[in-house]
Amino acid sequence: MTALTLFEKIWRAHEVLPETAEAPAVLYVDLHLTHEVTSPQAFTLLAARGLRVHRPERTLATLDHATPTESQQVFGGVPIRMESAARQIAALEENCAAAGIELFGLRDARRGIVHVIGPEQGLTQPGMTIVCGDSHTSTHGAFGTLAFGIGSTEVAHVFATQCLLQRKPRTLAVDIQGRLPAGTSAKDLVLALIGRIGVAGGAGQVIEYRGPAIRALSMEERMTVCNMSIEAGARAGMIAPDQTTFEYLRGRPRAPQGDAWGRALERWRRLPGDEGCTFDRVVEFDAAAVEPMISYGTNPGMVVPITGQVPAAEGESFRKALHYMGFEPGETLAGRPIDLVFVGSCTNARLSDLRQAASLLRGRKVARGVRMLIVPGSQQVKQAAEAEGLHTVFIEAGAEWRESGCSMCVGINGDIAAPGRYVVSTSNRNFEGRQGQGARTLLASPATAAACAVTGRICDPREFAA
Amino acid sequence: MSGHRAEGGRAAEGVRVIRSRTVVLPVADVDTDQIVPARFLTTTSREGLGRALFADWRYDAMGRPRADFVLNRPEAADCGILVAGPNFGCGSSREHAAWALLDAGFRAVVSSSIADIFFTNALKNGLVPVRADAETHAWLLSHPGAVAEVDVARGMLRLPGGREAPFALDPFARHCLVQGLDELGYLLSRLPDIQAWENTRRA
Repeated sequence: MTALTLFEKIWRAHEVLPETAEAPAVLYVDLHLTHEVTSPQAFTLLAARGLRVHRPERTLATLDHATPTESQQVFGGVPIRMESAARQIAALEENCAAAGIELFGLRDARRGIVHVIGPEQGLTQPGMTIVCGDSHTSTHGAFGTLAFGIGSTEVAHVFATQCLLQRKPRTLAVDIQGRLPAGTSAKDLVLALIGRIGVAGGAGQVIEYRGPAIRALSMEERMTVCNMSIEAGARAGMIAPDQTTFEYLRGRPRAPQGDAWGRALERWRRLPGDEGCTFDRVVEFDAAAVEPMISYGTNPGMVVPITGQVPAAEGESFRKALHYMGFEPGETLAGRPIDLVFVGSCTNARLSDLRQAASLLRGRKVARGVRMLIVPGSQQVKQAAEAEGLHTVFIEAGAEWRESGCSMCVGINGDIAAPGRYVVSTSNRNFEGRQGQGARTLLASPATAAACAVTGRICDPREFAA
Repeated sequence: MSGHRAEGGRAAEGVRVIRSRTVVLPVADVDTDQIVPARFLTTTSREGLGRALFADWRYDAMGRPRADFVLNRPEAADCGILVAGPNFGCGSSREHAAWALLDAGFRAVVSSSIADIFFTNALKNGLVPVRADAETHAWLLSHPGAVAEVDVARGMLRLPGGREAPFALDPFARHCLVQGLDELGYLLSRLPDIQAWENTRRA
């Protein structure tokens, strides 16, 4: 028998019709996640064709992208300021009600960023296929799922048939040896990796992250790594399920319970790649060499260790990026003043991320003239953080503690920076204008973000090591 | 600019051959946030996004067109083929990027590499994504305004002087483009298979 990879096992288990020379595979989708920004046109398309949602019970909807994170706008006091966002929220509410799709609505205690709530609820389970009209769907791959982002037309395809037409992608194994050094995080690891393989390094491929460095990561850290797979251009990123995965899922509201749990474990334990399975390509990476990373340019491959200098490179695109950022080749980044710090997003807004930021902020103040937003990934994360007093740390430090949502990661909900401002951000994209027209994003880990907030400058978090 | 529009998610008419002058955007890794900045995503429609196309590169802070941006030059008018640097369309999955290009009159995008999600989104709307070989791509980048022909049916890119370069396109995608069929129709025709599969799996 052929030795199969994790990806191939999941792919085969979801082929309603295998691909042929003439037609792509019809691939079944176990879980479809949806939100207010990329779903309206899909519902319109269904309506225009007179189609019903084929399996509404396989879709979960939430509000995150355009949804405000200011408490008063969420819980009353003031109306949602952006009329267009209010319209999208209303449209999703109506569409879900009509189609029988479950929605974690504006004031639902389970609402949050789509890629935070799936795992949190135990909906994301090993072996599944998961899609969403959002490129960071790759996050769910941390559980040994095949999870990828799709456009709105494909969202409609899933609504109508619970399937997608797919050509089989190639496979890329990223073997990560060693252990992450103290003072570094999963975010630094994945930024360093993208810096190495490039923003198109994973194009057409599904990445499987393997090796001792990955095994040593918690589920939240694994999600951070898989989340950024799309920033390497990959179709998806995944990690084989293990005891860490099972411990995370045990007892979650939507995870299998009782006898079903035992049966699920049996299935899940068969998912990791077979002995001797092969990949189209293998990349080796050393975690022990990773340092706290920061981006200097306008894509997530333009990163350097925080102690490093802006590199010099040829080409119009490189010059354009540095001009946008206001940096010069050879310049040392550490010590540069910053204006704003954002801790949040589907990359880094889970409880462990907030704890990291809090441990550095405890007993300290956000530097004068710097604004810091801390936006939990979900209302559950918010509640858990408050239960251990993290919000007090943030508020006493002078940071803003907000309701969950995509916030400054996508800049369509009112949370944006002014032109020219430098934002140290735990999010995933430093594209031009991503955090507001003309705003300059510096991608980093939660610890680095907190260190920058306290000093008001680009700062190595290891300087705060106890 | 030509009036090809994708309506209601189906390519309203087949796309066989696109012949047009090219406009060249020689930038690598153009992400979909540049193609359509996020602030335009708070729409519930797919119409009218042409005004959002490359908005932050096309207009200054006061909303005035930037004369130095290639799409604002007079010779860019009526160009239906966009030639861009490698890894075009990376980043966000927003289909608005394909809708905006179509709304602005583009019917094909040519690069040496095109990001996966954008590539798929383009096909779903009848915008032809062409992954050209490195040499052809380099030639196109250095010859802005050249009249090129994207022969979808034959998978051939034709350039002035009799130059020809084949480009790969999935046979199914090509069939759908040429016939003006949409993939949803095909998937719907497979619903009996899908339901049978669901029943087997449940058992």
